[in-house]
Order: sequence, then structure tokens, then C-alpha cells
Amino acid sequence: MDALLPQLFAGLSLGSVLLLAALGLALTFGQMGVINMAHGEFMMAGAYTAFVVQQLLPDAGVSLLVSLPLGFLVGGLLGLLLEVTLISRMYRRPLDTLLVTFGVSLVLQQAARDVFGAPNVDVRAPAWLSGAVPLLGMDVPRTRLFILALAVAAVLALSMVLKVTPLGRRIRATVQNRDLAETSGVSTRATDRLTFFVGSGIAGVAGVALTLLGSIGPTLGTAYVVDAFLVVVVGGIGQLKGAVLAAVGLGILQAGFEYSTTASLAKVLLFVVIVAFLQLRPQGLVSVRTRSLA
Amino acid sequence: MLQLCGVHVGYGRTEVVHGVDVEVPAGQVVAVLGHNGAGKTTLLRAAVGLLPVRSGAVLVDGDDVTRARPHQRVRRGLAYVPQGQQSFGQLTARENLQLVADAAGSGAARRVDEALDLFPALREVLGRRAGLLSGGQRQQLAIARALVTGPRVMVLDEPTEGIQPSVVAEIEDAVVQLAAAGLGVLLVEQHVGFALAAAARYHVLESGRVTASGAGGAEQQDVVRAAMAL
Repeated sequence: MDALLPQLFAGLSLGSVLLLAALGLALTFGQMGVINMAHGEFMMAGAYTAFVVQQLLPDAGVSLLVSLPLGFLVGGLLGLLLEVTLISRMYRRPLDTLLVTFGVSLVLQQAARDVFGAPNVDVRAPAWLSGAVPLLGMDVPRTRLFILALAVAAVLALSMVLKVTPLGRRIRATVQNRDLAETSGVSTRATDRLTFFVGSGIAGVAGVALTLLGSIGPTLGTAYVVDAFLVVVVGGIGQLKGAVLAAVGLGILQAGFEYSTTASLAKVLLFVVIVAFLQLRPQGLVSVRTRSLA
Repeated sequence: MLQLCGVHVGYGRTEVVHGVDVEVPAGQVVAVLGHNGAGKTTLLRAAVGLLPVRSGAVLVDGDDVTRARPHQRVRRGLAYVPQGQQSFGQLTARENLQLVADAAGSGAARRVDEALDLFPALREVLGRRAGLLSGGQRQQLAIARALVTGPRVMVLDEPTEGIQPSVVAEIEDAVVQLAAAGLGVLLVEQHVGFALAAAARYHVLESGRVTASGAGGAEQQDVVRAAMAL
């Protein structure tokens, strides 16, 4: 029992990191169907944004607060550039998209190496995030709590955008029926671009958050992109709440496996569970139901 | 006014519509009749921009929109109600209308009200997901969406197909009313009786060519049925 609560929190914390990494992908892959292998590099770009901002604004607290929106902007603009130049030319060719974006991810990694050097760099966490707070008999690191809160805020913000704003309506309509959206007066091209901007921007925010957990390097994104895809696939395509459930579930499972075995065996066990789960429920946790397809 | 001038349309290597001329003046219903596979839906999809026109031209109020994207044609006043009561099933009925109103700009709120006055039954179900509405309600929603764009010409593909009889009459009345109020309507319809009664002109389409045309009116039924049987 004593071990259960810390494990549960470790899982929740891991889940919140996964969720931040996967949330943007839930939009670009889950909703638009684009397999963007460079999603992880948008996170890396966000992380280096935090690094650069800290060089300019030495106060760690101020630089974190500046980095979050700026990371969104940097990730979003990179995504927009990728969408306009490459992805928009291959919407009906998912395999080509996979290859091209994989190439872009390698280019971005090398670019980061050229600009910032191959060794990892550190971003200092602000003083108000150092240390731990006692919670239910545990010592919980503040950075973990902050990331948890950030993940919750990101989910709430994105679901509100999708639910109540004109952009959200356009995104949902375009995802459901592209032709009908277009003949209803919606520019589906503009909607695609904005969707991709927002999804990639969230990756940038995730990257800023990751600087709180450890040092960052050019290959930061590769560590997360596969997990992020797993979260979206397990959660069910096209549903945010599926991604939330999957991120938390996979986080808790992985933390549990890591506690009882080793880190690499935990990963193996997790993949086995996911493969078995997708055999039973290929559509993922949450699937779209409607009376008609239209 | 919508004009299709010598329009050729196809899929891949196959050409389906071979040089069709149709003119839809303001305030008139123009019916396109023909059997399944004659190319009616293909013609309409090309008119609204979902299929490219291979040669020929599409004009809205005299402006060439042949190369314009569908949403740009909507802004020029061309609305489209596709076959099969299509709606955004995951959005509520209200969101379906708001979506169009967002893009349509000024006067859209008033047009939402007018569309709901035309189909009062929709007011009851505005909060429901469109995918859960009945076929008749979805078709009314589809026409309402088209009206919110503030169209001068509406392209209607089989508006009464597969709909319960009680709602068919409402939709037919609405089409006649809208035309009387100045809207041009390009109507594809299996139900020849209604189409001719409403139409000022008809065209019979067969294997992608217009094989017969003439003035509308219920009394033309025998002539048209004979032309279609050929």
C-alpha cells in the first residue's frame, strides 16, 4: 500500500508528459490523419526556445513564462511551414508523408546540432518550482505538479477551442466531411493550416515543459514521438478524451511495470499490452459513433 | 444567375458529361432530369467546384468561376445541397448553421432566423447532434445551411430522395417559395411530376448530353416521360 500511491503519482506524472507530447498529435494525426514524424522535433524546437529565452532573460521564472507562449509560436510556425511546403502536397499519400516528415525530422535534428552543438544543454527551473511539496504523505516534486497542471490546462484549452470557437467548428466540420465543409463556404485549406499550426504549437509547449525534467538535446523528440503516436492510436482516432485516457493509462502502466521490473522490460511489457489491446479493440478506447456516416 | 457553358466533366480517363449548356436565371427553377448514371450529379459537382471542368465555363452572375475553389463560389452566391441529406453528424444542428454563418459574414444571423422560419421543425432539434436527426430533418438542415450562405443560386441534388412523404411536401413547398422570392434553383430530381410543376425550364440528360429541353409545367409530363424513355 505504501508503494502504491507514489507509483500512481509517478504514473500520473508520466502520463501528463505523454499527454502533452500526444495532444498536438491527436489533432494533426488523430483529426487530420497526417503522420508527422517531425512532431517530436517541434517539441525539441520548443525546448531550445526555452534555452534561448533563458540566455536572454536570466530570471528563470520570467523566462519560463515567456517561453511557454513563445514555444507555442515557434512549434506552430515550424508546423505551418511544413504543412504549406510539403504536407499539403501529399494529403492523399500517407506513406509519402511518413517518409518526407521523417526526413524533415533528421534535418531538424542536424540543424539543432549545428546551431546549439551536439552535447545536451540545461535550462534552469525557476526557484518556485524547485524542491518538493508534501502531499498525501509523499514528497512530490513541484516541477511534476507544474507539468501535470500544464497538461490539464492544455487539454481544457484545446477542448474549449474545438467546442466553442468558430475555428473549432471549422476543424470538426472539415475533419468529418471535407467536401461538405468546402461547399458550406469553409476554406478547408486555411483550416488545415490553422489546425496544423495549433497542433504543432502544442508540441512546442510540451518541449518547453520537458526542459523542467532534465537536460535537452537535438534528439529529444525521438524519445517521445513513438510514445505520442501510441497514445493517439490507443486512445482512438479523432477523440481528445481518448488521448487523455490513453496517456494516463499508459503512464500508470509503464510506471507500474518499471517499479516491478526494469525500465527496458517495462517498455517491452507495455508494448505487449498495447498490441494485445489493439487486437481486441482496433478502434482504440474511444470511437466515434453516429447514426449515419454523414 | 448561374450559367454552365459547354461543360465537359470526367473522372480519370472517362469523360461523363460531354458539353452541357444550362442557364439558371434568378427566380426560376431549372430542372435537370434523367436516369441514374446519366451524369446529373457529376454536372452539379462540377458546377459547384468539387470536380474540375475539363473544358467549358461556369459563370455566376457573369463572372467566370471555372477555376474558383468551392468555398469561393459559395461567396459568389452559389449554394449547394448535395445528395443524401448530408450534414456534419458530430456537430449539433445549431453548430451546423453557425459554421456556415461564421464564414458567411454580415446578415448571416438574420438568414439563420429566416431559414428556421422556413423549416420551423428544426427549431425543436437545434441542440441535437445532426447525425441523430431523421433523414427529413437532416435534409431541411442541409437546405437551411445553404440558405445561410446568402445564395443567389442554389444547386439541389435530389432533395426529396429517401425522405418520409410528410416532409417531401414541405421541402417541395420551400423550393417553390424560395424561387418565388428571387432565388435561382438548379434542381436534379427523380420525382418528375414535382420537378416539372416547379420548373420554368427542363433539360433531359442522357449519357452526359442534353437530349431534350423545353419549358416546364405539369402538362409537360407526357412529353418528358417520352423523351426519357428513349
